[in-house]
Amino acid sequence: MGSKINIKNLNFFYGADQALFDISLKIPERQVMAFIGPSGCGKSTFLRVLNRMNDTIPIAKVSGTVKIDGKDIYAPKTDVVALRRKVGMVFQKSNPFPKTIFENVAYGIRINRMHKDKTDLEERVEKALKDSALWDEVKDRLNTSAFGLSGGQQQRLCIARALAVQPEVILMDEPASALDPIATQKIEELVVELKEHYTIAIVTHNMQQAARVSDRTAFFMLGKLIEVNPTERMFTHPDEKLTEDYITGRFG
Amino acid sequence: MANDIAHNRRKFVSGVMTSLTAACATFVIAILVIILAYIAYRGFSAISWEFLTETPKPVGEGGGIGNAIVGSGIMTVLASLIGLPIGIGAGVYLAEFGDKWFGTTVRFFADTLIGVPSIIVGIFVYTLIVLPMTRQSGFAGSLSLAIIMIPIVARTTEEMIRLVPKSMREGALALGAPQWRVTWNIVLPAAASGIATGAMLAIARISGETAPLLFTALNSRFYNFYVDQPMSSLTVQIYNFATGPFEVEHQMAWAATLILVGLILIINIIVRMFTKKKY
Repeated sequence: MGSKINIKNLNFFYGADQALFDISLKIPERQVMAFIGPSGCGKSTFLRVLNRMNDTIPIAKVSGTVKIDGKDIYAPKTDVVALRRKVGMVFQKSNPFPKTIFENVAYGIRINRMHKDKTDLEERVEKALKDSALWDEVKDRLNTSAFGLSGGQQQRLCIARALAVQPEVILMDEPASALDPIATQKIEELVVELKEHYTIAIVTHNMQQAARVSDRTAFFMLGKLIEVNPTERMFTHPDEKLTEDYITGRFG
Repeated sequence: MANDIAHNRRKFVSGVMTSLTAACATFVIAILVIILAYIAYRGFSAISWEFLTETPKPVGEGGGIGNAIVGSGIMTVLASLIGLPIGIGAGVYLAEFGDKWFGTTVRFFADTLIGVPSIIVGIFVYTLIVLPMTRQSGFAGSLSLAIIMIPIVARTTEEMIRLVPKSMREGALALGAPQWRVTWNIVLPAAASGIATGAMLAIARISGETAPLLFTALNSRFYNFYVDQPMSSLTVQIYNFATGPFEVEHQMAWAATLILVGLILIINIIVRMFTKKKY
């Protein structure tokens, strides 16, 4: 299985503060890789490196190479807009637009001019909502405000919105941290289903969640990558003492 | 025992301070209520259909403020057409790209401009437009009103846009939306009701301005729909009535004031309805 994302000697700075130290890592295609570690360890920063979302922070600085499908996304000629279409993102707090449910999903399709006509647009929206397991719950109220949905539904709407632009990679930044157990379970089932078609990088605080959904797990601490291994091995025989201490709850 | 004394003292001081601030708050309401009541008392009897529709006539022959209402309306609309797009545009710039030295400069100048007495704006437009055109005009009046509006609208627009959560912008950026589209169809709609409120408040503010119109739009005794001609306005008409020597003119000044205050009140009520509609 080839690696979709290949990161070499990545360093990341907020002004003078270094947030990530010399990270090298490969993310295999069509797998779920989970990123765990204590708060402030740089896992969210790392995730936002992959779709260049940190570009919005003026003092952010990156060194090293990040290659997706063999192309360096920090090369000067990179089209960031095209990159973000290919690398979708789901945020910690659901962030639907102040529009209808339909228009939330249609937004990405429209701005990227992916649809042939109105029927095509409707089909794409329906497919995205079905893929995110939300269709049955919203099909009768597509034209109502997205704010009328529950927290879990809003988060799945955000996933549908990301899927609608047909990305290849999906980054998820603690997508279930604000949700109740039932909504969390739905998101987790969704992640497992989605990896058939997508490469997924998921940041989570919840180690059981990492164990349930991911194929491989990476453990970050204080901006350094401590260990990356197949999830099962990580949670049974980790290579590093630090990983074991964290996973067994000796600190955290 | 000592505790009881301290406790009673605290209760006493607290009671005094509460009453003092309550008195100040009542004073604020009282001023407005007294002004409104007095205007209504003095002005109401002079209001009639004729007063609302006719043009001013020589003293003793009746007449009205119809042309002044129309003139104020035209100049307010024209000023809004000039001032709102520029003000909103500047506000969008300040909020989205205004973190460098240029934004800071613009913000400082806008804040200063808000504090400039409106008569100075009037003199400025007088020099810039009226002198070259050799006559006062509704356009010159509108322009001075627009200049007063722009910094207010720019700053309120900026504030409102800054209230749009960052997560919403990031959501759109993450879908591959270019910056301008994020601003145009995510941030602006999200801030729309707030921006509309700022715009209405600016409109309410300029519809009460007299000083900048004295030099620029002057006044007119007739219905005038051409903005290159001198144009009547409610505020300047009130000024003329009030400075006249006759009691009947003063009466009309009160009536015209009542109309003006009523119109501004209506604008403010519309603003309230706008702001209430938020989720």
